[in-house]
Amino acid sequence: MSELLQFLVSGVTVGAIYAAVALGFTMIYNASGVVNFAQGEFVVIGGLTAAFLIAMGVPVFLAAVLAVVAGTVVGILLYRLAIRPAREAPLVSLIIITIGASIFLRGAMQMVFDKQIHRYDGFSGETPLRFAGATILPQSLWIIFGSFAVFVFLAWFMSRTRAGRGIRATASNRLAAALVGINTRWAMNLSFALSAAVGALAGVLSTPVTFTSYDVGVLIALKGFSATMLGGVGSPQGALVGGLLIGLIESLTAGYISSDYKDAAAFIVILVVLFVRPEGLFGKKLTERV
Amino acid sequence: MTKTKLIAAGVSALALSVASPALAQIKIGASLAVTGPAAFLGDPEAKTLEMLVEEINAQGGINGEEVELVLYDDGADPNKARTFATRLIEEDEVVAVIGGTSTGATMAMVPLFEDYEIPFISLAGAVVIIEPTKEYVFKTPHTDRMACRKIFEDITARGLSKVGLISGTGGFGKSMREQCMSVAEESGVEIVADETYGPNDADMTPQLTNIAGTDGIEAIVNPGFGQGPAVVTRNYDQLGIEVPFYQSHGVASDSFIELAGDAAEGVRLPATPLLIPDQLAEDDPQREPVQSYIAAYEEQYGESPSTFGGYAYDAFHLLVDAIERAGSSDPQAIRDALEETEGHAGVTGVYTFGPDDHLGLDLSSFRMLEIQDGGWVPVEQ
Amino acid sequence: MNPALRTFLILAALVVAGALIFPSSYYYRVGTLVWINTLAVTGIVVLLGYVGLVSLGHAGFFAIGAYATAILPSYGVPSVLAAILGAAGAGLLAAIVGRPILRLSGYYLAIATLGLGMLIWMVLSKEAWLTGGPDGMTVMGANARDLFKLVGLNLRSAESWYWVTGTFAVLGAVLAVNLGNSPWGRALRAIHDSDVAASSLGIDVAKAKSMAFTISAVYAAVAGALLALANGYITPEVGGFMHSVEMVTMAVLGGAASVFGALVGALILTALPQVLTVFADYEHMILGAVMVLTMILMRRGLVPALVDLAKRRRK
Repeated sequence: MSELLQFLVSGVTVGAIYAAVALGFTMIYNASGVVNFAQGEFVVIGGLTAAFLIAMGVPVFLAAVLAVVAGTVVGILLYRLAIRPAREAPLVSLIIITIGASIFLRGAMQMVFDKQIHRYDGFSGETPLRFAGATILPQSLWIIFGSFAVFVFLAWFMSRTRAGRGIRATASNRLAAALVGINTRWAMNLSFALSAAVGALAGVLSTPVTFTSYDVGVLIALKGFSATMLGGVGSPQGALVGGLLIGLIESLTAGYISSDYKDAAAFIVILVVLFVRPEGLFGKKLTERV
Repeated sequence: MTKTKLIAAGVSALALSVASPALAQIKIGASLAVTGPAAFLGDPEAKTLEMLVEEINAQGGINGEEVELVLYDDGADPNKARTFATRLIEEDEVVAVIGGTSTGATMAMVPLFEDYEIPFISLAGAVVIIEPTKEYVFKTPHTDRMACRKIFEDITARGLSKVGLISGTGGFGKSMREQCMSVAEESGVEIVADETYGPNDADMTPQLTNIAGTDGIEAIVNPGFGQGPAVVTRNYDQLGIEVPFYQSHGVASDSFIELAGDAAEGVRLPATPLLIPDQLAEDDPQREPVQSYIAAYEEQYGESPSTFGGYAYDAFHLLVDAIERAGSSDPQAIRDALEETEGHAGVTGVYTFGPDDHLGLDLSSFRMLEIQDGGWVPVEQ
Repeated sequence: MNPALRTFLILAALVVAGALIFPSSYYYRVGTLVWINTLAVTGIVVLLGYVGLVSLGHAGFFAIGAYATAILPSYGVPSVLAAILGAAGAGLLAAIVGRPILRLSGYYLAIATLGLGMLIWMVLSKEAWLTGGPDGMTVMGANARDLFKLVGLNLRSAESWYWVTGTFAVLGAVLAVNLGNSPWGRALRAIHDSDVAASSLGIDVAKAKSMAFTISAVYAAVAGALLALANGYITPEVGGFMHSVEMVTMAVLGGAASVFGALVGALILTALPQVLTVFADYEHMILGAVMVLTMILMRRGLVPALVDLAKRRRK
């Protein structure tokens, strides 16, 4: 019983990280129809910036804020320099552009930071909490609550605020949105900024547990992309559920079947789900925007 | 015919980039994983070589001839490594090559060096590189099989025998896992649990929970390098597991203690003397190279060197020693002199090559260390 | 001139021209990689350029060809037969999984192909008893030199592989051009424009897509077999995600609509890292910037952009 609980704790912790990354994917996709393969780079920028600032003696929370700001700035630059000029490009071009951007950012980080592995101490110490035979790190709770907070915020923002509705309107019909007076360019900038901020925040929160280095972005993006598609692209609920599901599948497979094939199990589940429901768990039908 | 023009332009660009003036007298090549999944290993290796070449030229070179290093980044990709090996041999006309950070890159290059008869010193771990012995191929790191033997020796010395393995799925962890399985029986231990994790996994508590729950488990061994072992160590501590915990030589550097923090207390691992420069006996032949390497590297780069950088240090000095003894930079003469190396004290161990031994180290060069109070302490045996 | 004949003449001339100007084995080695990549990317052109389907998992098929060629000879199968079996196996797998996967579109197709490729990669890295695991395995057997010795030519190893791979690339390109100009190729292009319109023309869309997927998988597998033989050593990374991305990037960079695009893309992405060794520290930044800028400035790829430019000049 305590075993199962430990597996669940592990799965939810890891899944919450995937979910946060997937929420970043969702944000950009909703506004622009682009799946941003450079999303993992935001996570790394957040983690590395925080690690370097903390190592320089900057207080943890200030470092965290600055790291999120750094990620946000890169997100806006990514939109302005790489995505906006390529508007209306076919899907495959957008995939190549965002992958190209991720390779570029990796190269840049290798210059700005270094090639070492970094971490800093958890925000609430390192003493594990024990309950019913299972243990959890305080930082894992930060990660889990952080992801839920991001989810709740995005859901509220997109449906309840003027700016959020502007983004949704821009996504569904750019021309019509512009005609009713929505500043579509601003809406796009905002969605990239938010997405990058979410990614960088995920990096800031997870680095004490997962560690970070300049080149882990691809793997993070792959997991986040998988979670996004499992949940159904464009749906915040889908991103959350997809992320948690993949985390749980991995930990339960590692715990009960074979740790060798835990990543394979996640992909098999994705393939099976897509064969049955080609639009993912929470996706809308006919979301094709290519 | 725009296309042909474009191709012609491409080819001439290629030609331009490789035409470098022949200033140096002795050209040594290197193909290392400076970036990519093995950058953690390759980066300090490259830094070490660059530093050593600078150093030796400042001292007047080898046999009075200047040394030039031609270094390529293969990103641990065997495909690229083979191309760069061809380039080093054909275009750069090097007399010897150091490199192959990863086993894959090394093995892809080996046939070329055998073919062109150029001496090659690999920095990768696996046994297959030197078994069977290949005429022109040498290597400086201990094999992963030796690491397993060393760890099992220590485990049995403590009167324990039931071991759980938790291995990284990267090349290093996977290869060492296979070796540990194959030498377990002869070493008198029994592998009772066998789990793995991916190189970027965030949490290994499920695997460790399973190992800890295995009947009669007496020790845990974690083959792997990079961030994985540090995460495993933290999870081991988080779960409050009590049985002795062993890491591999793959994490033998100060950065492991930094990453794993207090959780690393009590962890044991087989390592090179590089980690305990001040605890080496006055008459230890490795004392001098270890201390001078650490001092030079820290001065140059402001960080402490890693075991992997040490492999490059030894490879370079073995080569310099061979060229000096040969009195010539002819590849064949270098190879012959390399094979006659005897009692060469490096930072990894004391090397004695022979016609059937192109590694030249035995178990005694490994030191079993334990992490205590955030530092390395040799285990008395 | 017949397009297939034109393709043959131009590419064959390029293979020969390369051999005439190359000063050393190193150039033959890079040339060999260019031809292997051209062959693999030609398969992507059939899938992406003709039908408009994105696969982020083709390295998996590449790896099946490569590993079949590496593994089967140790069970007594001759290398050539092993390569053929590898290509057939990849084709069979593509035909089986193609139908359900190809019902998906856009990013869903991308994740499904990615997942398929990752599964193949995982099996290759985990099953060390068969594949040597992440450290890879030696490829025994075939030596292209012996092939040329049969006809009395004594070539260096790199040179002989250059000719073998060049021949395959030329044949592959001619075959793809012929396919593209057949009625079946026109059906594929109709699907590229619109699934619905194509099926209303009486085209069996699902079957045609699955055929294109299978053919492109076979291209990748043959290229993989050639790489395994030419390198003599392979690791699971030939089946990795980044290799899939690299193949698609080559196609899109050069221009996915034609086999010349495949060649130009393969040439640039193979030669560029060799040129960039001088700026090793900036290699990734330059590579990334090239990808982004090409896609922004020349959306359909280099070859169509250059053709347009030439046409405008003529006017």
